Amino acid sequence: MFARALVLGLGLFAATAGFAGDAAGRTPHPVIEPATQGTQCVADPAYMRRHHMDLLKHQRDDTVRGGIRGAKYSLKDCIDCHASQKSNSVVKDETNFCVSCHAYAAVKIDCFECHTSKPRTVAQKGATQ
Amino acid sequence: MNNSAQSRKSWLTLLVMAGLVAAIGLGAAYYMEEHGHVVTGMNNQIVWGIPHVFAIFMVVAASGVLNVASIGSVFGQSAYKQRAPLSGLLCLALLAGGLMVLMLDLGKPDRIIVALTHYNFKSLFAWNMVLYSGMSGLVAVYLWTMFERRFNAWSKPAGLAVLVWRFVLTTGTGSIFGFLVARQAYQSALLAPLFIVMSFAWGLAVFLIVQSTIYAWHKQQLPPEVQRRMARLLGIFVAAALYLVAVYHMTNLYFARQGTFEAFILRDGGVYTLLFWFAYVLLGSVGPMLLIFHPKFQSERGMLAASVLVLLGAIAWLFVFIVGGQAFPLEIFPGFMASSSFADGAIALYQPSLPEFLLGIGGLGAATVLIAVGVRVLDFMPKDVAVAQAHA
Amino acid sequence: MSTEQEKQPSSAARRGFLGVAAAGLGGVMLAPGISLIEVAQAATPTAGASSKVRWGMLIDTTKCADGCTDCVTACNTENGLSGGTKATDSQWIRKVQIKEIKTGRTASAPVMCQHCASPPCVDVCPTGASFKRPDGIVLVDRHICIGCRYCMMACPYKARSFVHEEITDQQPDVPRGKGCVESCTLCVHRLDKGESTTACAEACTKAGHGAIVFGDLNNPESEISRRVRELSSTQLRADLRLDPGVRYQGL
Repeated sequence: MFARALVLGLGLFAATAGFAGDAAGRTPHPVIEPATQGTQCVADPAYMRRHHMDLLKHQRDDTVRGGIRGAKYSLKDCIDCHASQKSNSVVKDETNFCVSCHAYAAVKIDCFECHTSKPRTVAQKGATQ
Repeated sequence: MNNSAQSRKSWLTLLVMAGLVAAIGLGAAYYMEEHGHVVTGMNNQIVWGIPHVFAIFMVVAASGVLNVASIGSVFGQSAYKQRAPLSGLLCLALLAGGLMVLMLDLGKPDRIIVALTHYNFKSLFAWNMVLYSGMSGLVAVYLWTMFERRFNAWSKPAGLAVLVWRFVLTTGTGSIFGFLVARQAYQSALLAPLFIVMSFAWGLAVFLIVQSTIYAWHKQQLPPEVQRRMARLLGIFVAAALYLVAVYHMTNLYFARQGTFEAFILRDGGVYTLLFWFAYVLLGSVGPMLLIFHPKFQSERGMLAASVLVLLGAIAWLFVFIVGGQAFPLEIFPGFMASSSFADGAIALYQPSLPEFLLGIGGLGAATVLIAVGVRVLDFMPKDVAVAQAHA
Repeated sequence: MSTEQEKQPSSAARRGFLGVAAAGLGGVMLAPGISLIEVAQAATPTAGASSKVRWGMLIDTTKCADGCTDCVTACNTENGLSGGTKATDSQWIRKVQIKEIKTGRTASAPVMCQHCASPPCVDVCPTGASFKRPDGIVLVDRHICIGCRYCMMACPYKARSFVHEEITDQQPDVPRGKGCVESCTLCVHRLDKGESTTACAEACTKAGHGAIVFGDLNNPESEISRRVRELSSTQLRADLRLDPGVRYQGL
């Protein structure tokens, strides 16, 4: 009940804030910025929507505890493709890839407290410092 | 239960004030979490500060306050048996308050679920999480056996279980420090029994204060012989604790390698030395013993004053132990003087901030709220008429 | 979300969303060469840590100059640390100036996480976030670190730092954030990708001092193994029997 009210409230806010919804439709949708041109995600969107958190969670243990890097579900690779061209981030603006759906679904993202949200080309040492 | 308007009013005032204190504490915790620990006085040299002093005080007192119940249920002393339910309530309230402060001071308090689902059983901290929550459950069961007439026969085994569990718990709390090989203030097997004896003193002091307050609300008089016995017991516990602290320091003084550390605590440490000798030894130990054992001061008021002093001494000793122990530099290069950008070889500075105090005191407020609500909802008032008749 | 989509009638709203999604998908359509490269890069993971290796470091304090902080600067740059030295700033490595009390002899040495074989920080961590990898590197798994700082109390070398405020400009290979504890990782992100040395050792060598040698202590042919075989070296606080992977010469 509360979750629905929250989603509706967010949706209303998003609509009045100039989100690209439409006057005729009743349910606003998140606007997700497309990923980098010419890239292919590691799985199809429906699967990723349902399982990206599980994939990342499993991957992180392999990387941190096992030292395995560069595997299929690498977070750095996700960010490299999905970072917005404008803001160079996946969480900076409302329409950026991660935050658009997460704000819509009201699920707090913990990842970027520690992980950089910028692609490697931008965030690598010496690039922006 | 006495429902006179005045006692209800004073109870309500206490409840509201304690609630306010607890709420401010929660606000301080939110502020700390939002901005990070940079808004506190804790830093990379002093990693555990005022919140931990208050939290550990509450958790240790929670274990010790059950002494009253143990003397009653396990050793069969009827005066203490009447007081067992109240001591159980105090234990639950203090545990809740202490754990609240401890959990809220975490760098990532939103990860408590992680703490509850990932256990490294070599860590005493992990063991303590199991022991503290288990203690709450066990005390709840114990209270139930005492309140539910059908299960009164079970209160003795429940009391025994609670006794064993709290000894393990307090041993665990003391060993959190005792198992640390790195720091000169810790790394001692004596710390576990020291914490146990401290818990006896602190818990009983809290109990006496709460007990007198409840009696005042009910406009009843604490029977003098009960008051004298409990006051004497407090005096004995305070003396025993002081003895163990003395042994701890004397042993350290005997070891050449501990000499500089002891000089720091006992002579050169500034605020730590002051708090140790003046606040803990004088005000917190000698003072209460005087008030309790000297014939001139033996009264209920003397007992209460002694209890308050014991609690102040407790906070002071914990501050010296926890913060002073961290302020003294680690000896990474024995035989060398060291200096660096990371305070190597230097006494670490600690300036506690307001949010830390608010959080710590907020925990006390939360415990008070729980006690106030508890004594109103259930009948914790000891039935002394029966006691007086038994001793007649 | 899916039930709401089912209930919604075919309308401009759905078409609008599909339009945006189609544009997105269109952008995602693959050109075979590019996509194959992207997917291929993602699908060759490294082998991971192995216990055949034990990473260690040898620090020659006779070559370590008082006042030189090349290793510290390199570490800060590599790991995205601020380089500040306030009491709340993280310092993964620091230069310590020491003076022998009895003789007056002075020396200088960098101190960082010693990557002990029996790390007290790993023993005390309640969640197991502080852990030792098979190759000897002691790390903090920041996914499960709750920020209790018990490991900081336990470390005899004061190696660990706590992040006291929000961080926004992390290095992509070194995630770090508010509320977690951190320490020297022996540049694990480099080692896992096949590079052979840490930032601090590399900087010290490049600058010509040669005070820091990094390598595999389990490999008898490695430079570090040869050096510790030839000349006397000590571990800090060896009396604690923690068997650190970092050794010091000239102390």
